[in-house]
Order: sequence, then C-alpha cells, then structure tokens
Amino acid sequence: MNDREHLVALRGIVKQFPRVRANDRVDFDLRAGEIHALLGENGAGKTTLMNILTGLYRADEGEIRIRGEPVELRSPRHAITRGVGMVHQHFRLVDRFTAAENVTLGWHSPRTVIRRRPLEEEIQRLSERYRLRVDSARPVWQLSVGEQQRIEILKNLYRGADILILDEPTAVLTPQEASGLFESLREMAAAGRGVVFITHKLEEVTAVADRVTVLRRGRNVATVARADTSEPELARMMIGHELPERRAESAAEPGEVVLAVSGLEADDDRGLRALSGIELEVRAGEIVAIAGVAGNGQRELTEVLVGLRPARAGRIVFRNRDVTNASVARRIAAGIGYCPEDRLRQGVAPSLSVTDNLISKRYRSAPVGHRFLLRRRQARRVAAELARRFDIRGADLDAPAATLSGGNVQKLVLARELSADPALLIAAQPTRGLDVGAAEFIRRLLLEQRARGRAVLVIGEDLDELLEIADRIAVIYEGAINGVFRAREANEERIGLLMAGRAA
Amino acid sequence: MTAFALAARSFIVQLVAVAVGVVVSVTLLALVGTSPTDALEALLRGAFGTDFALTQTVLKAIPLALCGLAVAVPLLMRLWNIGAEGQFHAGAIGATFAALSAPEWPAAALLPAMIGAGMAAGALLALAAAVPRALWGVNEIITTLLLNYVAILAVAYLVIGPWRGAESFNFPVSDLFSPAAALPRLGSSQLHLGVFFPLIAAAILVFLLHRSPWGFEVRMIGASPGAARAAGMSTRKNVVVVMLVAGALAGVAGMVEVSMTFGRLQQGISPGYGYMAIVIAALAGGNVLGTLAAAILFGGFVVGGFALQTLGVPQAFVLMLQGIILFCALAGARLAGSRLTPWLPLRLRRGEAGEAALQKEEPSIP
Amino acid sequence: MVAERAGVINLGLEGMMLVGAVLGFLAMNETGSAVTGVLAALAAGAAAATVHAFFSVTLKANQIISGLGLTIAGTGLAAILGGSVVGVPARDSFGDVSLPLLGSIPGVGEILFRHHALVYVGFLLAPAVWVVLRHTRLGLHLRAVGENPAAADAMGVSVAAYRYGAVLFGGALAGLAGASLSLAEAPGWSEGMTAGRGWIALALVIFATWDPLRALVGAYFFGALDVLGFRAQIIGVDIPSTVLGMIPYVATILVLIAVTVLGARKRLGAPDALGVPYLRES
Repeated sequence: MNDREHLVALRGIVKQFPRVRANDRVDFDLRAGEIHALLGENGAGKTTLMNILTGLYRADEGEIRIRGEPVELRSPRHAITRGVGMVHQHFRLVDRFTAAENVTLGWHSPRTVIRRRPLEEEIQRLSERYRLRVDSARPVWQLSVGEQQRIEILKNLYRGADILILDEPTAVLTPQEASGLFESLREMAAAGRGVVFITHKLEEVTAVADRVTVLRRGRNVATVARADTSEPELARMMIGHELPERRAESAAEPGEVVLAVSGLEADDDRGLRALSGIELEVRAGEIVAIAGVAGNGQRELTEVLVGLRPARAGRIVFRNRDVTNASVARRIAAGIGYCPEDRLRQGVAPSLSVTDNLISKRYRSAPVGHRFLLRRRQARRVAAELARRFDIRGADLDAPAATLSGGNVQKLVLARELSADPALLIAAQPTRGLDVGAAEFIRRLLLEQRARGRAVLVIGEDLDELLEIADRIAVIYEGAINGVFRAREANEERIGLLMAGRAA
Repeated sequence: MTAFALAARSFIVQLVAVAVGVVVSVTLLALVGTSPTDALEALLRGAFGTDFALTQTVLKAIPLALCGLAVAVPLLMRLWNIGAEGQFHAGAIGATFAALSAPEWPAAALLPAMIGAGMAAGALLALAAAVPRALWGVNEIITTLLLNYVAILAVAYLVIGPWRGAESFNFPVSDLFSPAAALPRLGSSQLHLGVFFPLIAAAILVFLLHRSPWGFEVRMIGASPGAARAAGMSTRKNVVVVMLVAGALAGVAGMVEVSMTFGRLQQGISPGYGYMAIVIAALAGGNVLGTLAAAILFGGFVVGGFALQTLGVPQAFVLMLQGIILFCALAGARLAGSRLTPWLPLRLRRGEAGEAALQKEEPSIP
Repeated sequence: MVAERAGVINLGLEGMMLVGAVLGFLAMNETGSAVTGVLAALAAGAAAATVHAFFSVTLKANQIISGLGLTIAGTGLAAILGGSVVGVPARDSFGDVSLPLLGSIPGVGEILFRHHALVYVGFLLAPAVWVVLRHTRLGLHLRAVGENPAAADAMGVSVAAYRYGAVLFGGALAGLAGASLSLAEAPGWSEGMTAGRGWIALALVIFATWDPLRALVGAYFFGALDVLGFRAQIIGVDIPSTVLGMIPYVATILVLIAVTVLGARKRLGAPDALGVPYLRES
C-alpha cells in the first residue's frame, strides 16, 4: 500500500525537547476505515506524535502527508481544516453551555442569530448516526464525563474531521461507557474515517484495534495487525528490554508493619472515584514501590496517605494508630515524611529562602521554635548543617529556594523530611526530571532509610528505577492494587500485563 | 539574584513609576490651562517644603500608613482587603462609643479604651468578610468592598440618629469628646502621639512576620499555599487571624482621626484613606516598610493638593495623580518582567512554573 | 456586567461613570445639545475602559489594581475637567417624557412611563443585552471567553478581542449611566455626583447572578430602596434611610455567600474565568 491510499502518513518524525528526544524518526500511517491503536508506556512519545499531527507541535524533522499530499500544519485550527481532529484527555468544553453551543462554538457561519432548534436537530442527527448519544439541550456540567467526551468527538465530526485522534479516551470512562465508545469508533471506521486510539491498556487494543503501533522511548518498535499478535507479545514490546540488576538487597527480613491500608477509597479533583479499595502494607526496613501507568490513582493515593485529600472509605493505620482522618500536622508529628511529586508547588515555597524552607516543618519545635519566637540563629545553624549533610549546593541559605536547581530543590525537600527521622517516607516521583548525579544521590538516600530500619513508599513511573531499589512492587491500575510481587521475581511480561490491567 | 538585589530592583521600578506618574499627571494639567512646572513646584512645596507642610504630611500619613498596613498584611497571604475604608469607619465608631460612654475617665484610661474599642470594631467588621472566606471560600474582595458601605452608612445612621449631639444644632455630628479623648501632642507642635502608632504597628508586624511561628506560617502560606498545606499549616485559621489584624489596624486609624482631627464622630471622616491604602500597599508590594514610605509620599500628595488649589487646580487632582501612578507602577512592573505581586521571585515569575502557579492559585472570583 | 461575562472584573465603573458624566455635560454645554452630550459620554466611558482593557487584557496585569486605579484616576480627572462648570446650569437636558397612552394610565403609568429618555434606554438595553448574550453567535463567543478561554481559543475565538470589546462596551454604558445623571437626573455637574453608584452596580451584578434581566429588576429594587428612604421619612415611618441604604450591600453579601456555599456557581452564573488573566500555553 502506498502513501496515496493512506489517510495519514508520517515519515521520519523527529521531535526534540530540551531534555528528551520524544520522537526519534517515527513512521506511522493510518488507513481509511481502520482503528489504529498507538500503544506505549508513559513518555513513549505517543501524545507528542499525535500533537504533531494536530499541529500543536511542529516536528523538527520528517514529513506529514494527509491523503497523499505533503502538508505543513501550523495550528490545531489549521489541522481541522485538513480533517484532523483530536479529543484530548482534558476536555475543552464550556461548562455552562449546552452540548449544541459547545459544538458550534467558534464556527463562523454567516448567521449571527443562533437558531437553536435546527442546530440541536442537526447535532442530534449526527450523534445518532454514530451512536454518540448526548442530550444537546442541557448544560455540559450536568452531563456525565462520558457524554462530555462524546460532545468533544461531535465537535470534531461537526467540523468534518475524518481523521480522529483520541488520547487515552477510556481513562475517564466506566467500562460500560468505554464499550459504548468502542462501538461508536467502529461506526466511524465503517463510515470510512480513520481513528487513532492512544492507549496503554492491552485489553483495549484487543477489543477495538485493527492495527497496533507500539512506541517505546520515542521509537516505533513495531506496527502489526492485531490478528498477528498476542497480549504477552505486545506487553514485551512495550516494556521491551532486559530488566536492570537489583542492588543493595536488604540484609534482614523486613520488620513490623508500619503502614497498613485497607479498603481505601477516594475521589479525584472532579469528584470522580479515583481510588477504589486500595490494600497495601509497608513494613519497617523495606522499600515498597507503587508502579503503574500515570493517572491510575497514584496522585490521589499519595495525597490521601499524607492527609491532603479526604478518604471516602477504608482505613489507614500507621504504627497501630488509625490516622484515616488525622490532619496533615498530626501525621507529620506521628512520623510520616512526604516528598511530593510537584516539588515547586508542594515541596517548597520557591520565593522563601532556603533556610525558611528547611525549617518549614519544625518551626514550632526546639531548637528553632521557642514559645512565641522563631530563633533565626538556630534556624540558620540547623539549615547550614542540613545543607552540608545533604549536599545542597548552588545557593546561599538566604536566597530564595527558586534559585536552586531541580536536583538541589529535591535534596532540600529530602533534607527537611529525613532530618525529622520519619518512620515512613512517602516519595512521589522522587527522581523525575533530575540529572543523573542528583537522581543517584536521591536513590542512595532512600536505600539508606531502609538500611536504618525505616519504611519507604515510592510512587513512580520509571520501572527500571523501581526494580532497582524496591523490595516489593505493587502495581496500581484504575485505583486498585492489581498485583504485588517481590522485585527479584519480576519479569517484564508479568509487569507489562499487570500495568495494562491484566491479571498475571 | 539575591533577595536584596530583587528588592532593590523592584524598589527602583516603583520609584521610576511614581516619578513618571507625577510627570504625566502635571502634564495633563496643561489641559485645563495650568502650567505643569508651577503645579509640580506647588505640589512639592505644599507637601514637603515647609515645617507646616511636613507636619501636615506626617499627620495625613498616619491613617494612610495604618490603613496601608491593613491592606498589606492580608496581601502577604494573597488576600485583598478592599475594606480598610469600612474598617476605618468601624474603628471610628468603636472609639466614639468608648469616648461617649466614659467621658469622665482620665486620658490614661480613656485613650487605651478608645484604641481597644476601635481595634475591636475594625476587627469585627473584617471578621464578617474573613469567616465566609475561611469557611466557604467566599471572595473577600467583594465582601470587604461592600462592607465599606455598610460601615459608612452605620456612621451616618449614628450621627443622624442615636448619637446626634445635644449641642450640635441639629447638624449630624456627635458631641465633642472630652479633652481626655484627645491624644497628647508632642511638645508645642501639631504632631501627636498617633505619629508613633504606624511605627509601633510596623515594628510589631516586622517582628512577628520574621521572628514568630505565626509570621512564618503567614509568609509560607502566601508564598506557596500548596507547600504550606503539605507542611501541615492551617490556611483557614490564618485567613481569619490576618483579617482580624488588618481590621484592627484600620480601626486604630479610625480612632486616631476621630480623636485628633475631628474630636467627634461625623460623616465624611475619610477622604478615601481606605482606597488610597490599596494603592499604597500595591505600590509597596505588600512590604511593611515600603508601606510606611508610600504612605508618607501619599500623605504629601494629599497635603500638596491643598497647595495646588491656590493655582485653581481642584483637590481631586491628587486622586488622578494616584490613579496614574498606580497605572505607571502596574506597567512598570510588567515591563520589568514581574507583577505587582510580592509572592513570587522574578525568575520564577517568568518561568513556566511561575505562570502555571499563578494561574492556578490566583483566587477566582467569587 | 457585560465585561464580567467575558471574564474581566471591572472595579473601574465608578471612574468611568464620572468621566462619562462630566464629558457628557461638557459636550452638551458646548453644543447645547443633550444628544451630543450622550454621545460624548459613551465615547468617554469607552476611552476610559480602553485603559482598563489594555492593562488587564494586554498586559495581563492585576484587574483589581487596574480597575481601582481607573476609578481613582477617573474621579480625579472628572473633577478637574468639571472644575469650570460646577454649578453651571444645564443648557439642555432630557426632560421627562411621558409615553403617549401608557403614561396616562393612573398609578402604574406614572411610575413606569414618565421618565427622561435615558431611563427608557436602560429599559430597552437590558433585554437587548440579554438577547444578544443568549441568542447570537457574538453572545455565545463572549460567554465562552468568560467561562473557559482555553476552550474558546481552541475553537478559534479570539479571547483578547472579545474581552476588549466587552470592556469597552461596558465602559460606554458606564459613561451613559454617568450622562444620565449629569444630563437628566440632576442636570449639572458636581464632584463625586455618582455617589458610589458604580460600586452598587458591581454588587448588583452579583446580586443578579450575572443575568441582565435580573440586573434590571435588581436595579429597580435597589433604586426603590433609595427612594423609599426619603418617602419613609416623609410619611414618618421610623426606618432611617441609612439603614435602608445598607440593605443592598448586606443582601448582596448574603447572596454571594449563598452562591458560594451552595456550590451553585455554575447554575447561578459566575463566569468561571472571572478575574483570571488568560495566559495561552505554548
């Protein structure tokens, strides 16, 4: 099949970001009438590739052909005139508008006065044709997430998109809604449109795709017809390499249970259930890792454990005390340390000095706090000592923390947390975005905690790293722990299947 | 860049903004046929040129500085207290209540009572905005703004109704206070004890903000609500505390004015001190000492405005001047790559994270 | 009101009203025509609003500071410009126009249909704005910009243009409101003649939960309270006008609290992106 018969042909696409090469000479094509799954771990370059196709990013190298014609896509608006439409993970809908209003927004028809009825009818027709059932007269905020997604799809169809890209569309859907979506997608394919379906879930590939392209670390690993492959094979291609050496195996058996979580449920920011019955145990002297594809409840789990998000159900027992509803301050006092994922928003106050940030959890206790006083000299002494011990470099202690590099900000956070000698340290993405040296330093700190008989819970996406330092790995999938195994018994196929929502 | 260099830089930007604002304003005067140079001279001489002028400027600066602090302190926590005007009036009511209730008390007892009552009344009004904000996130900009009118109307009600003085010949004013209700003058000058109030307040604030756990929490919450929460600090509690402090500060200003400038309660006790205070605090970027400096400058403008009247320029010119200075400061801050927001250092403000943080954390309305 | 629907909060109303009032009066005085005065007031209000739009939309500066600055500067500017005409009697003004037929209906007719022309303009404007906001593409886009600028931008609606337009339109209306005071209500000019009406308008917008028709009703309600104060005194009822005067403010605060607490923002209408400068990514 040559390029002329493809709706889309991407050839040799390269996209370089400051830190990573997100796409490295990727080829990809989409035929009319097919559903093409784009499979890969987080950071494999799936979304970047599609953002290039929708004109949001420009490729550094490579060629884009649409219906055989080479094109240069300048913006999403421009791409839609070429028939390329994308449904993003985060909807861009105006909450108070009705479905009909959202669909027509920005559509410059000659009419200035909107006639609601015919418009709504037209949208209704379109939605029935593709089984995208929506109530077009109700405001969006009253609609379910599934309906909102259908409106996003309708927006694209209404503008005549015949190349439809969906970025992890099922992440926000119930299983019933997801299967409804699949039916709609099949209708669209049957009508001769091409659908690209970005996902990391194997079951969805099996359920809906005609062909699969697997990306790994910015490269196209393979493009295969679904019939010619199997889930284990896809899982291997996704993870795709030998697992790293384990190191610093803990000498002794782990001790008592420090953290016991049972039946934990919580909602995300939109009020949707994000955690549905988490079961987890962390013992003294061990590192437990939560692995999984981003957006499966990791952030919510972390926040519930440290007290920043209320639990809807279940229990959190810390050192034999129920802390399910305890305040953040009480948990800190009880001995939970927290190294947040968003360092600049939760880890430090960037505009305050390094010193202030180092004492921000001990400003009320001796020697820094003294009744109604904050003893600056003591604070500075403590800060200087911590900066030396944790090798925080690059700024004087009175300068704003924002002047530190990412690695040093992270050292600052860990210095503050570890100096309180927490029985449990919860570290979310502790090495993300750090240079090699700083990342190694942070990993050593975590291993040291374990060696001193403390418990560590690491939430991460970098599987290599987790396998390297953790004793046990719990895989989280759609808000529940899908499986726990000892790190030394791990194999890529099993992890891949667990992360993609399959039992193993 | 060090913290000091940052502060120095923003100070210079503001200084230039003020200068440009003054020049633009007097140039606009040419529109109504007044010579800009004459006007500038009259303004400066009228504000700072003579002993008398300086004294008046300092006196005007007292309520401005106190109200300015009442805006600046909440601003540290990203709260906009538009209600200093109302808290000022509430403070005046509180002080008047004390003065009228116990006219026979000696100054040593009456003055502290008036100050206490003024602070309490100002704080109470602020509380009416602080509690809804703390509990339900009700936008404080609008509530404090609206409460201004409630307080101003309350003053009107009192002087027309229950507190109308026996000797007031039916004018809507209260009785004159007893001499004990006046703050002692300093030597033979017009200056009085109230001059020290903003200084004392500023000193206490600086000390608390930098040397107390409470101040640390306020600065931390202002600098990064997320990090403060993760460190176990209570935003709600501090919203209330900060607003109480603000109300009390503006309340003291109201007390000083009824005690010294008027000697009784009447309408129109504030030519908009509470609103000028917002300009002052914004110019000072929430900085306590900067607020004092800006208050003196603005006090000078108000007094200098009187001198301009001899040139046939209405007093209102000063208002326009302030507005234009504010715009210059806004523009200057933008051009210098920052905002009139004290809580993020420049480097971060320009960066992606800074923009994202701002967008996320700028309180939406209401 | 219109500006807030587009996501720009405007604390500059008072200033724009005053500028409109004085320039309207000046223009009328020059030309001897009240209609010219109204046009001048519209232009003046819009010009003042341009300043606010420039700072809050283009520079993405703090809208609160900018609006407040506009009010302060506008008050001052108006006073200076009007300095020469304080107390000057108006050469032309809008007298009360009694609508034929309707005006002669006893009771109701007197209340509703015997006013100066600008009152009728206000009467008509509110439904007009309501229709535009609700039923036209222009209104749809405007509301989208206020609710979710990112969504609007993604769909090809220029956020900046709509915000500018809305702020300017609001400014022009504020100028008109000023003119209705200086050319009709109390022909003449005096400093601070708007007497806080700009702030009340702000409260009104919240009170009316961002709906023009409700705003009209609210305006008459607030206006009635104003008048009631005088009437009550005449009749000898013992409710001080000052206490009545507080009602709009207290009521608005209560409405605001209710709106926030019930979490009913969406249903009741506060534009989601109000006060938030729109920063486009990438």
